[in-house]
Amino acid sequence: MEENKKYTNADFKSDQYVRWCPGCGDHAILAVLHKAMAEVGVAPHMTAVISGIGCSSRLPYYMNTYGFHTIHGRGGAIATGFKTANPKMTVWQVCGDGDGLAIGGNHFIHEVRRNVDLNVLLLNNKIYGLTKGQYSPTSDRGFVCKSAPYGTTEDPFIPAELVFGARGTFFARGIDVELKISQEVMVAAARHKGCSVVEMLQNCVIFNHGIHNFITDKENRADRTIHLVHGEKMIFGKEMNKGIVQDGFALKAVEIGKDGYTIDDVLVHDAHCQSNFLHQQLAMMDGHDLPLAIGVIRDVEAPVYDQEVEKQVAEVQGKKGYTCLRDMLLAGETWEVK
Amino acid sequence: MLEKTNVKMLEKVVVRFSGDSGDGMQLVGNIFSNVSAGIGNQISTFPDYPAEVRAPQGTLSGVSGFQVSVGKGVHTPGDKADVLVSMNPAALKQNVKFLKEGGVAIVDIDCFKKSDLEKALFTTDDPYTEIGLKAQVVEVPMTSMVKAALADSGMDLKSITKCKNMFALGLVCWLFDRPLENAIKFIENKFAKKPAVAEANAKVIRAGYDYGNNIHASVSTYRIETDSIRPGVYTDVNGNTATAWGLVMAAEKANLPLFLGSYPITPATDVLHELAKRKDLGVKACQMEDEIAGICSAIGASFAGNLAATSTSGPGIALKGEAMGLAVMAELPLVIINVQRGGPSTGLPTKTEQTDLMQCLYGRNGESPLAVVAAASPTDCFEMAFEAARIAVEHMTPVILLTDGFIANGSSAWRIPEADEYPAIKPNFVKPEMLEQGWKPYKRDEETLVRYWAVPGTEGFMHRLGGLEKDYNTSAISTDPINHEKMVATRQEKVNKIANNIPAQQVQGNPDADTLLIGWGGTYGHLYTAVEELNAAGKPVAFAHFRYINPLPANTAEIIKKYKNVVVAELNNGQFADFLQAKFPMVNIKRINKVQGQPFLVQEVVEGLTKIMEG
Repeated sequence: MEENKKYTNADFKSDQYVRWCPGCGDHAILAVLHKAMAEVGVAPHMTAVISGIGCSSRLPYYMNTYGFHTIHGRGGAIATGFKTANPKMTVWQVCGDGDGLAIGGNHFIHEVRRNVDLNVLLLNNKIYGLTKGQYSPTSDRGFVCKSAPYGTTEDPFIPAELVFGARGTFFARGIDVELKISQEVMVAAARHKGCSVVEMLQNCVIFNHGIHNFITDKENRADRTIHLVHGEKMIFGKEMNKGIVQDGFALKAVEIGKDGYTIDDVLVHDAHCQSNFLHQQLAMMDGHDLPLAIGVIRDVEAPVYDQEVEKQVAEVQGKKGYTCLRDMLLAGETWEVK
Repeated sequence: MLEKTNVKMLEKVVVRFSGDSGDGMQLVGNIFSNVSAGIGNQISTFPDYPAEVRAPQGTLSGVSGFQVSVGKGVHTPGDKADVLVSMNPAALKQNVKFLKEGGVAIVDIDCFKKSDLEKALFTTDDPYTEIGLKAQVVEVPMTSMVKAALADSGMDLKSITKCKNMFALGLVCWLFDRPLENAIKFIENKFAKKPAVAEANAKVIRAGYDYGNNIHASVSTYRIETDSIRPGVYTDVNGNTATAWGLVMAAEKANLPLFLGSYPITPATDVLHELAKRKDLGVKACQMEDEIAGICSAIGASFAGNLAATSTSGPGIALKGEAMGLAVMAELPLVIINVQRGGPSTGLPTKTEQTDLMQCLYGRNGESPLAVVAAASPTDCFEMAFEAARIAVEHMTPVILLTDGFIANGSSAWRIPEADEYPAIKPNFVKPEMLEQGWKPYKRDEETLVRYWAVPGTEGFMHRLGGLEKDYNTSAISTDPINHEKMVATRQEKVNKIANNIPAQQVQGNPDADTLLIGWGGTYGHLYTAVEELNAAGKPVAFAHFRYINPLPANTAEIIKKYKNVVVAELNNGQFADFLQAKFPMVNIKRINKVQGQPFLVQEVVEGLTKIMEG
């Protein structure tokens, strides 16, 4: 990786006309990604962006990096092969909630389980946009849309739960209206070795406008979200007077200085804790009784698939006395005909 | 040396081992083949095993067989066996149809008790008559002989009984005058970590051999001629392993790392197994989460600059269809190995067919041409895997390599190629000066129409590929109708032009005959032998066996138009015949077809052709 050279946002921007609808949350996420890449400082020619199909999957065309807009749901498998074959490249995968969690759900859990060194941006707008408005695996029960005119009769996935279920090593969350925090989590994802999943809450202005409003609405955002930072107290609220405390086996939001709670009771975020128990509790907070967590929720070290493959190849090669097929064959069971 | 009565000198013999799937018949068959190859015989093997890992012992569904032909001029495992070894009544019942009339059946008479016969659904106490066995039967008390031989070994009864197969091996080694030491050496290598097991097995092999020696008066024994084969260093190889090695050779000759993305499926999994071992040669073989991930990881690896392959069988090809289309559209090199089995659906997973040809040629959405090649024999799998990779890399296209269960599991002696025997493979990489010359991702070589390969990590050549149609000139996304038609035509023409980079079609047999027999893929040995027999019998037949299917070799039309009778023999309902008929409507193509999950018998081809020639 060439990290010495300084890059600007413009170095990562392609000359293609951006075709997303005006007002779509993807525009902001794209701009933040350009910035995050410049901050990370990996050269454009050492970066690859791989996607499946959907609105969000158009993103590689807007990057001046190597890019591959593939087929529906398969971005994860293609990125896995790419990274394993060429580990020197920094690889980003972009998917939506349909592409990544419905048709591509299997690849998603397996890339997380293998801990392939990928930065996965999961743009979650709880709807199928490109096919014009069907419910997705993250749509809430009862959600009314064209393919569920009487409301859905199924529960959604919560992306974080899938990541933890697959023993993920990195999970972060951003919002398309929180640009600074979004950049912070993308940079952290890029720096994490292993499969980094970033869920970006994104607004589809045409088919699901305002779906995240309960969280993102300016009036209530400070009270309904919490920005988690490793090593810092879990404090939130307009007045920054609320905190998260442990209450038995559960978490609880309290007002500091009220009901006997002091600042000392407030939890300090530990993103590097190997146990994912509290990380999962934090990731499940939804903005109602407890604020929705944004920022890096989990970031731990574990063996990285593509590096382990390289290591094993080197180890096995070191033990053998041959370097080509013919010598390998001659070292096996043979007989000579004269 | 042994004195033998009734010694027969033979060019080649066919032996079939049969028993329960837990009886170790595949192992015994393999050892017998290897020992024979080691003394200069040609070999051709045909493992015929059930889909169940372990069906109930002694029942008809659990019978596993291994047929091998050894000797001179061996091109097939043989239609029928000279000697059939059956470890129980079920095995005898299932395999009697594979034994020549007047051949020898060796049975373990200890396993022919009333209860054994009942398990195999015999209704009388005379099994031989009941199944119409017309052979010399040698009843050997194998189980009790093995028990006696290992009485002092301290082994338990179950372990002792497991050595029965080695008794049969020893007996057959005696019958065909095979050097016992080589068989024992093989056992010692196999059980190197279990010396007690090796010793017991060796003891039982000797007991079997000695038993044969002691009772020889009643059995014919054979001497098999060795062949004059090309000097060199040889090893025994089956088709799947040869396929894996062909890819390794291609990667070396292209100077590219080799990547395999795969998912286990019968009968293709041994390609994955072999390449997983070849980490020692730098190969990255990844077992993925499903068939789709298998091909998709390979496409990712190809985009990343590796020689990439995926291995599967027909059901896997069905799942990989959309991704193959992506590789067609992205114009990336990719080798897709289809080890065909009986279909449709799960079909006959362990049996052989050629029923996936149309699926491979056309089974994708849109106009989606790719190259298709087919291997003719176990050792030809090496050659054609190399060719598939060469075409993929030099023409920036996915290539399907068709093999089948028969050649994938069958084995032959194979001469290890010399270091310089295979040509360098030349990837069509971008060159730095192209940047100033207006390079675009889909800019092509004017002659071959092959686009240039810019491997990620190369400065200045950042680009985006994808499944959406691209503009011919700018490589940007385009929905322009005329441009789309031009791109469709260009992708087709690119594949057509591969014909300029493959060898001309050869004609074997008697080229001046009126009748041309056409085959493709794994039926080569049977068809070749049938053609030899017919020509020897004064019925002239020419023979064209195709290994390059799409595109066809450039001289195909010229050959086909020359003959009065053009007959395609294949293990399906006429897929290659239909393909050729569509391409050459002026020729009336006749057909010989078989769809039983089994290879042709030479006799079936001889009879089929004779009927057409006389009709």
